[in-house]
Amino acid sequence: MSLDPATIRRIATLARIRVEDAELATLAAELNGILGWIEQLNEVNVDGVEPLAGAAQMTAMLREDVVTDGGYPDKVLANAPERAGDFFVVPKVVE
Amino acid sequence: MSYAIEGSTGTWEVVVGLEVHAQVISKAKLFSGAATDFGAPPNTQVSFVDAAFPGMLPVINRECVAQAVRTGLGLNAHINVVSRFDRKNYFYADLPAGYQISQYQHPVVGEGKVEIELADGSTREIGITRLHLEQDAGKSLHDQHPTKSYIDLNRAGVALMEIVSEPDLRSPEEAGAYLRKLRSILRYLGTCDGNMEEGSMRADVNVSVRKHGEPYRTRCEVKNVNSVRFVMQAIDAEARRQVAVWENDGTVEQETRLFDSGRGETRSMRSKEDAHDYRYFPDPDLLPLVLDEAWIADLKSQLPELPDAKKRRFMQDYGLTAYDAGVLVAEQATAEYYETVARGRDAKIAANWVTGDLFAALNRAGRTIGDSPVSAASLGKLLDLMADSTISGRIAKDVFEAMVETGRDPSSIVEEKGLCQVTDTGAIDAAVAAVLAANADKVAEYKGGRDKLFGFFVGQVMKAMAGKGNPALVNEALKRALSA
Amino acid sequence: MSLTDLTIAEAREGLRARQFSARELAEAHLAAIMALNPRLNAFITVTGDRALAQADAADAALRRGEFAPLTGIPLAIKDLFCTEGVRTTAGSRILEPFIPPYESTVSANLLRDGAVFLGKANMDEFAMGSSNMTSAYGAVANPWQRRQDADAVLVPGGSSGGSAAAVSARLAMGATGTDTGGSIRQPASFCGIVGLKPTYGRCSRWGVVAFASSLDHPGPFARSVNDCAILLGSMAGHDPKDSTSADVPVPDFEAACRRDVKGLRIGVPREYRMDGMPEDIERLWQQGLGWLRDAGAVIIDVSLPHTKYGLTTYYIVAPAEASSNLARYDGVRFGLRDGGADLRDLYERTRASGFGAEVRRRVLIGTYVLSAGYYDAYYLRAQKVRALILRDFTDVFAQVDALVTPTAPSAAFAQGDNMDDPIKMYLNDVFTVPANMAGVPGISVPAGLDANGLPLGLQVIGKSFDEETMLAVGAALERAAGFDALPQIRAAA
Repeated sequence: MSLDPATIRRIATLARIRVEDAELATLAAELNGILGWIEQLNEVNVDGVEPLAGAAQMTAMLREDVVTDGGYPDKVLANAPERAGDFFVVPKVVE
Repeated sequence: MSYAIEGSTGTWEVVVGLEVHAQVISKAKLFSGAATDFGAPPNTQVSFVDAAFPGMLPVINRECVAQAVRTGLGLNAHINVVSRFDRKNYFYADLPAGYQISQYQHPVVGEGKVEIELADGSTREIGITRLHLEQDAGKSLHDQHPTKSYIDLNRAGVALMEIVSEPDLRSPEEAGAYLRKLRSILRYLGTCDGNMEEGSMRADVNVSVRKHGEPYRTRCEVKNVNSVRFVMQAIDAEARRQVAVWENDGTVEQETRLFDSGRGETRSMRSKEDAHDYRYFPDPDLLPLVLDEAWIADLKSQLPELPDAKKRRFMQDYGLTAYDAGVLVAEQATAEYYETVARGRDAKIAANWVTGDLFAALNRAGRTIGDSPVSAASLGKLLDLMADSTISGRIAKDVFEAMVETGRDPSSIVEEKGLCQVTDTGAIDAAVAAVLAANADKVAEYKGGRDKLFGFFVGQVMKAMAGKGNPALVNEALKRALSA
Repeated sequence: MSLTDLTIAEAREGLRARQFSARELAEAHLAAIMALNPRLNAFITVTGDRALAQADAADAALRRGEFAPLTGIPLAIKDLFCTEGVRTTAGSRILEPFIPPYESTVSANLLRDGAVFLGKANMDEFAMGSSNMTSAYGAVANPWQRRQDADAVLVPGGSSGGSAAAVSARLAMGATGTDTGGSIRQPASFCGIVGLKPTYGRCSRWGVVAFASSLDHPGPFARSVNDCAILLGSMAGHDPKDSTSADVPVPDFEAACRRDVKGLRIGVPREYRMDGMPEDIERLWQQGLGWLRDAGAVIIDVSLPHTKYGLTTYYIVAPAEASSNLARYDGVRFGLRDGGADLRDLYERTRASGFGAEVRRRVLIGTYVLSAGYYDAYYLRAQKVRALILRDFTDVFAQVDALVTPTAPSAAFAQGDNMDDPIKMYLNDVFTVPANMAGVPGISVPAGLDANGLPLGLQVIGKSFDEETMLAVGAALERAAGFDALPQIRAAA
C-alpha cells in the first residue's frame, strides 16, 4: 500500500491539517517509508488472536450519578482564543 | 388499509427503520460530574472533561448504564454483559474532543422488540436491532452574530441512548405508532422524558422503497426529525421522492437528507460516504464495561409495570375494551389516575368518565393529566354520589363542570347548590300531579296511544324539580299516575 | 559536597536534621538552573518564585516537625503534566498560551507530599521523539560529552529529555517523566541516571497531556534507584478520575530496594541481542548478568518471540491513538488559533502551524491506519500482535521473576544525527517499547560507560504490579556497578 498525493490530501483533510503543495512530495516519501516498514507486521500469524486494546487488565469502574463538577464558566473560557460573553466563538458555520 | 404508493410503473411499498436518540435522565453527564439540567446559562454545566481540556479523562456514570439496561429490559432486549466504548472521530465546532464517545461494535443492549397498535386495532411486532450509549454534542448558535457562531457546551457529554429499529416499519402510520410506543415505554421506565420539543428525543429516519417482494433498495437517511408528525410527513415525502426517481429511470443515492417541514420535502445534506470516515476505534481511556448479572437482575426486579402488561391487566381486571385500555395506559399518569378512580367502583363507568369528560375538559383547558383541576380522588367521589343516588347522571355532568372550574370537592358543590336528588315520593307525586294537570291535552293524546309523550312528561317533571328528581322514582310515579 | 549533589534520601535527612533549609536547597537548584539552563535548555518554564514560596512552606512545616515524604525536595516537572496556573506546553507551539486551571493527579500527589517545583521540563513535542529534537522550545543538550569530539552537543534522549538532563546536571533532585515507548528509560540511559516506568495503571494519567492513552505511563527520574522508589511512592495510587488507574495498594517501594536478589530468577531474552548493537552494550549486559549471578540470582535464557514486532506495532497503535487524542487542539477552546476564513480554514491552519513536523507526520499516519479500508490491515492487526507481545511476557514471567536487557541500542548521539530518516530515530526504542505494549514496569539503571565515556543503562523489566522485585534487581545492579561517573556539564562542577 503506497500513499499517492491524492490520498495524502484526503488524510490531511480528515486530520484537518493544512498541507501545502510543496510539502506533498517529502511527506509522501516519509509516510510511505514508515508504512513500508510497518508492513513487517504481515509476517506475523495472528489467526485466532483476540485484539488487545490496552495494557490494563481490568474492567471499567463506574462513577456515581452525582453532580460534582462544572459551574465554572470563567475557568472553562479563560484560555479561549475568542469568546463572547460566556460563549466560545468560531467563524460562522453554515450547514 | 396498508400504505402504498401508486406509481406509474406499479405499486410501491415503503421500508422504514428508525434511529431514535433519547436523552437519558440522569443528574450528571455520561462521563463527567457536570449537571444535565435543561436551559442553564451558557457553559455553566461544563467540566474540563466535557470541554476536552488536555489530560482530561472520562469515567462512566453508573446510573446512565443502569438507564440503558432498564430501557433494554423494557424493550424485551438482550443485555450484553460485556460492552465497550469506541471513539467516533470527526471535527465539528460543538464536538470539543474531535471525537464522540459511542458504542460502535459492542453495544450495551442487543436485539429486542416492540409491539405497536394501529388504528384498525391490529398489532405488529417491530424488531429492535440494538441500543447503545453515547455522548451528546454541544450547541452551536448561528443567529447571535453576522459572521460568527457561538458555542455552548452545556449539552456536551449528556448521555444519549441510540435505539435502532430493524427496517420493519411499512408506513408513516406504523412509524408514528412505533415512536409513540417507544416514548411511552421510555417514560414509564423513567429513562427519558421523551420531550421532542426540547430535543430530548430525536429521530433519524431511514427510508427506502421497493416493489412488493423485491429485496431492499438503496436507503436515504433523513436526519434529526424532531416530532412524531414530522417523522410521518418526512417518510411520506421521502418515499414519494424516491418513487419518482426510480420511475424516471434515475437511481436513489445513499445519502443524508434533511426534512424541511415548511415545504414538506426532504433535501440533500451531504453525501455521507464521501465526506465522512469516522475512524472508529476502542476508546483507550475506557476499559470494557462488564455488568454484573445480579445487578441486572436487581434492575429487572424493580422495573415498573409497562404499558403492554398494564393494558392486558386493565382488560382482564376491569373488563375494558382493547381501545379504552390502550388509551388509558399510553401515559403512566393517566393509568394511575384511572386506577385511583376505578378502585372499588364501576370500572367501565370510571373509564368512560376519564376518557370522555375528563379528557375533553383537559383538552379545553390545555392541561395534562398531571395538572388536572379535578383530582382522581374527587372524580371518584363524584362517581360515588351517582352510585348512591345522591345525584343523577345529568346533575353529575353539571357538578363535574363546576369541579373543573373551581377544583372543589363534588359533595360541597352538591350541597351548596342543593343538587341532592329528591327521593321523597310525596314530593315527586305532587310534581307529577301538577305536570299532568297542566297538560291535560297531552295526557289525552298519551292515553290515545302516543307513547312517545312519556319522555315529554319525564322532562317536564324533572324541570319542575330543577333536575333533582330521582329518575327511577319519577318514572315510576309517572307510570302509576298515567295508568290510573 | 554541594547541596545539588545530594540524593533525595540524603537531602531528606539533612532537611529533617535542619542542616540546611528547604529554601537553601531550592535556591541552590535555582542558581544552578540560572547558570546552566541557557546551555542545556532543560526547562521551558522556570517557576522560581513559586519554588521559593513552596520551599518556605516546607521550612515552616519542618519547623512544626511535619515531615511528609518529599517535604522541601526540589523537582522538575515534565511539561506534559498540567500544573494549575503554570503554563503547560507539551513542547508544542499549539499550547504555547495554555495555562491549565487544574493540577494533574501525579503532580498534585507530589505537592501533597511537600515537593518543591522548580519549573517545567523541556520535552519532545507531545512526547513524540527520542532525542528531544522535536520540541518547539528548542533542543536540549545532554550534560555528558564524548571523550573524543567533546564539542559535539549530544541529545539527552527523549521524549523526557529535559527531565533527564535536569536531574543529570543537578538542576533538580528528581523529575517526572512519561514513558510511551521508552521516553523515561531511554533518556535515563543517555544521561546516566535512573528512570522508572511503572506498571500501566500505577500512576494516574489524569491531567497529563495525552499522547497514546493505552501506552502513556507517568514515572520518575532520579539519581538513584532508591530516590526513584521514593518519588514513585508519592506519585502512585488509585485515582477515581482515571478509569485505567488500578485500585491496588501502594507498597513500600523504598523497602523493596533493600531486598536480597538471592534466588531470584532473572530472564535474558535472546531476541534483545541485535545485529549491529555496539560491543560495549553487549559487554555491559553480560557484566550486569554476572553481578546478579554473583549476588545469588539465577540467570535463565528466555525467549520473547514477538520482540521485533514491538516497534512496528507501536508505530501503528501510538499514532492511531495520538491522531484522535490530538484532535482537541483545534483553536477553539484553548491554545493557538490561526486562520479563520471559515471553520475548516481555522482548523487546518491552526493545526498546520501549531504542530511540528513529527507530530503532523504521526497524526497523518494515525489517521490513515484508522481510515476506512485500512483499519483491519493496520490497526486491528497491530492490536492482535500486541496481544501476542503481552502473551510473550505472560509466558516468560511464568518462568522468571524479572528480565534484564540493555535499555537502548546505543549511547547518546549527537544533535542532528538520525534526523534524516524517521525510522532510524524510531529504532532507539526497540528495547523499551515492548514493556509499554504489555504494560509491565521497567527501570533503567546506569551501569557503565562506553569507550567514549558516555553512560549506558541496563533495563530491568518486572511483572505487572511487581515494581518491588524490579527495584530489588535494579538496586542490586546499582550497588554492583558502583556507577560514579559525572557529566561534564553539571552544577557545582
